[in-house]
Amino acid sequence: MQLKNIMVRFLSLKNRSIISIRDLEREEIEIILKKAEEMEKVLSEGKNLETMKGKVLATLFFEPSTRTRLSFSTAMQKLGGSVIGFEGTQETSIAKGENLADTIKVVEKYCDVIVIRHPKEGAARFASEISKKPIINAGDGANQHPTQTLLDLYTIRRLKGRIENLNVTLLGDLKYGRVMKSLVYALAMFKANLTLVSPPSLEMPDEILEEIREKFNIKIFQTNDMLAGIRKADVLYVCRIQKERFPDPYEAEKIQRSFRITKEMIEQAKEDMIILHPLPKVTEIDQSIDFSEHAKYFEQAFYGLPVRMAIISLVCE
Amino acid sequence: MNEKELLVRKIENGTVIDHIPSGKGLKVVEILKVGKDQDGSVIVLINAPSKKLGRKDVVKIENRELTKEETNKIALIAPNATINIIKDWEVVEKRKVSLPEILEGIIKCPNSNCITNSNEPITTKFVVEKKIPLKLRCWYCERVFSENEITI
Repeated sequence: MQLKNIMVRFLSLKNRSIISIRDLEREEIEIILKKAEEMEKVLSEGKNLETMKGKVLATLFFEPSTRTRLSFSTAMQKLGGSVIGFEGTQETSIAKGENLADTIKVVEKYCDVIVIRHPKEGAARFASEISKKPIINAGDGANQHPTQTLLDLYTIRRLKGRIENLNVTLLGDLKYGRVMKSLVYALAMFKANLTLVSPPSLEMPDEILEEIREKFNIKIFQTNDMLAGIRKADVLYVCRIQKERFPDPYEAEKIQRSFRITKEMIEQAKEDMIILHPLPKVTEIDQSIDFSEHAKYFEQAFYGLPVRMAIISLVCE
Repeated sequence: MNEKELLVRKIENGTVIDHIPSGKGLKVVEILKVGKDQDGSVIVLINAPSKKLGRKDVVKIENRELTKEETNKIALIAPNATINIIKDWEVVEKRKVSLPEILEGIIKCPNSNCITNSNEPITTKFVVEKKIPLKLRCWYCERVFSENEITI
């Protein structure tokens, strides 16, 4: 019966929208990570695939992005497909007042899969209810960023060999950061040992912790002490203070200055500890750390490519 | 026939919703979408004396039998409401309301940045995660709200 369920889910990734990490079962995530491994192999062999030949990916970025949009575009091209889309809304019909529903109804006729980033929370879910083509959420306000989480899981497993029982410390703005909200859920699903470090006013919302404690039955350690989190970490995952989501920018800058990882702090970390970051980073990690063996965020950014190739392939093929 | 009897007069066929908290009767009419397209009258009695509640509202809908799915929609604002189905002047079914698993188009999402609070053609949708104490998760922005945060 269980095997049958897995098979049904496997088939159901085709034409499935990827909206929230909360929609995915562990088996489904495993399928994506496995496919990403295949894609990384293809990339390392310098091959280009033709599996998406004749298919079109639309990237609708209502909010600016560098990495996510570029990696989706490159992923589609590496699979032999082509890309259309826009970034920002200034020169589009949205600037004339068109709503998201109409934009999706038009764009879905031109393409086979849609990647969307939108400032409103729930926009991707809404788009998936309108579109007959699969929607991939590339960030909806402060809510979710599931493909980032999938590439984070891939990176951790790739560099550490496992996720289960690893000491993972999430450090930074845990209140507004959508990356952290998606990630903490997925790491709990994979039974990592979680430590959450944030400035006092930017702690992970209680309802998220309550949900993952209930669903996955794991313990989570919370602290405001950066060093405590760094010392025990196998993986230190840092994110920036989400300045744009703060009501008072001065307050955000003040926190940003005081919540910063220095070389001296990293000297107290485990020797094989790795530092990840969804990027862009600002001042939260001292630049000198970029050159240390611990810093793996640029490698992590690269893994976005095989993971997004995997996701496009699985929902489109 | 005295005036009091006139106010609460019986209906021949339809649905009577009793024990609605005082002041919520019109909201019940709004949620159930009963009104001008109705084949028959809709009677809303506001602030009637009640032994149980002190004061209560009553809604009577002529010529329409509301289903369980329909009447459960009012469970949030009238958790102790009694539903009476009337046929030929008699009560043929009496039931309580219970909170459904999903509430559509009833609550406004308190998150101002939720897509439901925009100019999109969209109906709000909440998943009931917990009944006591009440926890509702917005289907769209995925945030969880407790009873004191929501407005109906």
